[in-house]
Amino acid sequence: MSTLVATNKKSFGSTIWDYLTTVDHKKIAIMYLIAGGFFFILGGLEALAIRWQLVQPMNDFVSAGFYNELITMHGTTMIFLAAMPLIFAFMNAVVPLQIGARDVAFPFVNSLSFWLFLFGGIMLNVGWFTGGAADAGWTAYAPLSTTSPGQGVDYYVLGLQISGAGTLMGGINFLVTIVNMRAPGMTYMRMPLFTWTAFVASALILFAFPALTVGLFLMMFDRLFGSGFFDPSMGGNSVIWQHLFWIFGHPEVYILALPAFGIFSEIISTFSKKRLFGYTAMVFATVLIGFLGFMVWAHHMFTVGMGPAANSIFAVATMAIAVPTGIKIFNWLFTLWGGNIQINTAMLWALGFIPTFTLGGMTGVMVAAASADFQYHDTYFVVAHFHYVIVGGVVFALFAGTHYWWPKMFGTILDEKLGKVTFWLFFVGFHLTFFIQHFLGLMGMPRRYWTYLEGQNLDLGNLISTIGAFLMGVGTIVLLINIIKTSVKNEKVSGDPWDGRTLEWAIPSPPPFYNFKQLPLVRGLDPLWIEKMEGRKGMTPAEPLTDIHMPNNSFIPFVMSLGLFIAGFGFIYQKQDIAWLSLVFVGMGITLGCMLLRSVKDDLGYHIHKEDLKKEAGE
Amino acid sequence: MKEWMGKIRTLSLFSFLVIILSACGKDNLTALVPKGYGAEESFNVILISILVMIFVFIVVMAIYVYVIFKFRQRKGQENHIPKQTEGNKTLEVVWTVIPILLLIIIAVPTIASTYDLADESEKEDSINVNVQGMQFWWNFEYANEEIQTSQELYIPVNERVYLNMLSSDVIHSFWLPSISGKMDVNPDNENTMYIEAYEEGVYWGKCTEFCGDSHSLMDFKVVVVSQEEYDQWVEGMKNTDPEYTAESSTAQEGQEMFANSCISCHAIDASSSNPVVGPNLADFGNRTMVAGIKNYSKEAIVDWIMNPGEIKPGNGMLSAPYLQDNSMEEEDAEKIADFLMELKATDEPVDSVEQFKKDETENNN
Repeated sequence: MSTLVATNKKSFGSTIWDYLTTVDHKKIAIMYLIAGGFFFILGGLEALAIRWQLVQPMNDFVSAGFYNELITMHGTTMIFLAAMPLIFAFMNAVVPLQIGARDVAFPFVNSLSFWLFLFGGIMLNVGWFTGGAADAGWTAYAPLSTTSPGQGVDYYVLGLQISGAGTLMGGINFLVTIVNMRAPGMTYMRMPLFTWTAFVASALILFAFPALTVGLFLMMFDRLFGSGFFDPSMGGNSVIWQHLFWIFGHPEVYILALPAFGIFSEIISTFSKKRLFGYTAMVFATVLIGFLGFMVWAHHMFTVGMGPAANSIFAVATMAIAVPTGIKIFNWLFTLWGGNIQINTAMLWALGFIPTFTLGGMTGVMVAAASADFQYHDTYFVVAHFHYVIVGGVVFALFAGTHYWWPKMFGTILDEKLGKVTFWLFFVGFHLTFFIQHFLGLMGMPRRYWTYLEGQNLDLGNLISTIGAFLMGVGTIVLLINIIKTSVKNEKVSGDPWDGRTLEWAIPSPPPFYNFKQLPLVRGLDPLWIEKMEGRKGMTPAEPLTDIHMPNNSFIPFVMSLGLFIAGFGFIYQKQDIAWLSLVFVGMGITLGCMLLRSVKDDLGYHIHKEDLKKEAGE
Repeated sequence: MKEWMGKIRTLSLFSFLVIILSACGKDNLTALVPKGYGAEESFNVILISILVMIFVFIVVMAIYVYVIFKFRQRKGQENHIPKQTEGNKTLEVVWTVIPILLLIIIAVPTIASTYDLADESEKEDSINVNVQGMQFWWNFEYANEEIQTSQELYIPVNERVYLNMLSSDVIHSFWLPSISGKMDVNPDNENTMYIEAYEEGVYWGKCTEFCGDSHSLMDFKVVVVSQEEYDQWVEGMKNTDPEYTAESSTAQEGQEMFANSCISCHAIDASSSNPVVGPNLADFGNRTMVAGIKNYSKEAIVDWIMNPGEIKPGNGMLSAPYLQDNSMEEEDAEKIADFLMELKATDEPVDSVEQFKKDETENNN
């Protein structure tokens, strides 16, 4: 591997092997995109089944038990297996390029993060085939979750534990990458906003995920080893689970939303041909949202009986988040102000996001008012609110990012016409589905209802909501067609198809596996734009052409994750038959063995020699 | 001509009102037409926050629409490079300070009403009901009167009633949208809330914390009656007799079967000394609904006895021996229904209940 790998056509088998062993952030990004996309479609199908069940009162399309599995898996899948990995897809694809780095700080760990997520995600879904998936809601409140029969919730606990470990490692990896691997001249206050949001989101992951890990461990012991942490009859306390879950769960909203804001900041700035308005304020707003995000978890628990003092404190703290969020909205609007606004598909998603997310933020302040939340809580009002935030904020951003960075990731450009069709179908469908749900909630429809009675004036609203959901489904299908069409056509584009401003557009699309032949010299915010405005074609190198040190591929992360996957089954089934415990030993043995192997075997990587780089340039 | 115009106007006004009212939902279920103290308090905060938020939305949308139309790229302008503004201190201060002021407008009434709704100063002198939530029904024990009832809570109008709530299995949540917001019913600690209804009537209550298969069917009712009717009802409940003997002959046969099986879980008198296993059936003859969700009729009762699992999946009745060995014939169930329909605390019909039954039957035809 000491010479440049030939980029000739490779056999299918060797491509697969390449992806199984890759530590390249760009390939890992593609794997996150595919896996996240798959789970997004799976979660979407679950959503359609839910909406079909609710299309009319007293419907019996699915049974109550199966419905509960559907809502649980829809929420869990969308948050942990679709939104998170898709955010990670863009963080992987873009952040190293935006800071002018050749890879993330720990490429091996990066690969491990991905495989842990994927095996965890598969584990969660295995429940479908072994007698029922998790059915205690994505929040898995004890004691419903600790007493739920079957293995569904066990799969939830083990699956999230494994994929959560991957996410935590990913967060640490990006923190280290952004702190240590910025190109010369790329100071913190010159970092693109997407990198900033990825940085703050990674810090949130670092502090939030351990709470989930602890909660899941306690629940695992309660369910599988007879402890009683959440069982009041054994001296435990079920409300503790809610605290642990939301100490993780609320920052999780910002872990998703902040990078989404980052994506929109990049897109709005690029297609207005303007520098981001109030960049400094945007950065501080991001940090402030991240910080406040940890202070507000109990606003999910206003009706738990915490008393008026706690309720008031958490209400006011929550409202405070509206201030930095409002700052962001106005900064986006004033980035557009005076700009030369080009409306293509990516920009359409960004423009659709602003009013949608404003509505989500408005209802956010409304549900923050504790005494009003006594009415909203656990009704369709809240369902509407968080879909406005997570679909209107995060999913819109993922669609926008897909169109914006597709050229960088794959070297082709997604079809604009189909892209716009997707946007309008999805946008209209989204508002049809969720706007009416605000009213359904206040009219007396609680959340997680398998069915509703006849004659309660809830029929029309639910019907409209279901129609909207199917429009979103059609929109997503059009996007898939778009992706297939674009891939088949395979028309290559230049490295900078959007007249971009940040470093990722300074290199070819898709980038060579070493990213930057020479690290670029960054001279300000929007470094590529600065160079272009001064009449240069690209970045000025910050170093002479030298050998590039690259990491070796490794199969160990895959095997390590597989070990934990195997051990998971052992943990779940040892409760029925102690013989299953052997799987725990086998699985943990594989994982620990891999860790040992990785520790004792020196893997110093390899160098791309500068002669080869020159030769490549000469070709 | 003028008359004709006037008619049209009245008609359109009327249909507009109908649309508005139906948009607010069913009037004894919706939170949008508050008929009790808690619901009113919450509704006021909802209104304040909606008004403030609509103001914010209008400002954002005005700038948004202006910007999109004014600064959209025009033909031939593709390469125009606009001025690269860094920011504007004054503007940034403005959109930081104004939102803070707006939030204070919402926060003050929020805190005031949050404390108000948690007020327990009148608890000692008020009616206290111990609410017990279970998969998938509710038990109400009147602490001072030493009576209990299930599924339907009787309270006097314009009177503060304190609810002390505890679950005996998973977490439930007691929501009575038209009268008051909700409070969780935890297995760990007793939660207290109060309700006060302004108008007589029967109000829908819903379980709002996900609690299993029949979470969506764990409805209850709150029957708001005049003070006299309430006193009568309490008196009647106190006098319900565990040794009651049925009157009609079919009911007597039904009672015999009931005594051999059902009685092990269901009491027929309201004494609070009866253990809470299955719903208390004292006053069953005056129930507004069967199982909380079916219009009250003999057929509904029979149907419930024969197929409880189809009506409420996963409910506790499924473990009854007669369902295990399939020993119940439909005729038997009918006799039991006859017996149950005789169980009444007061013979005088309760106005609210009668009205509710009438409305519901019309509704479903």
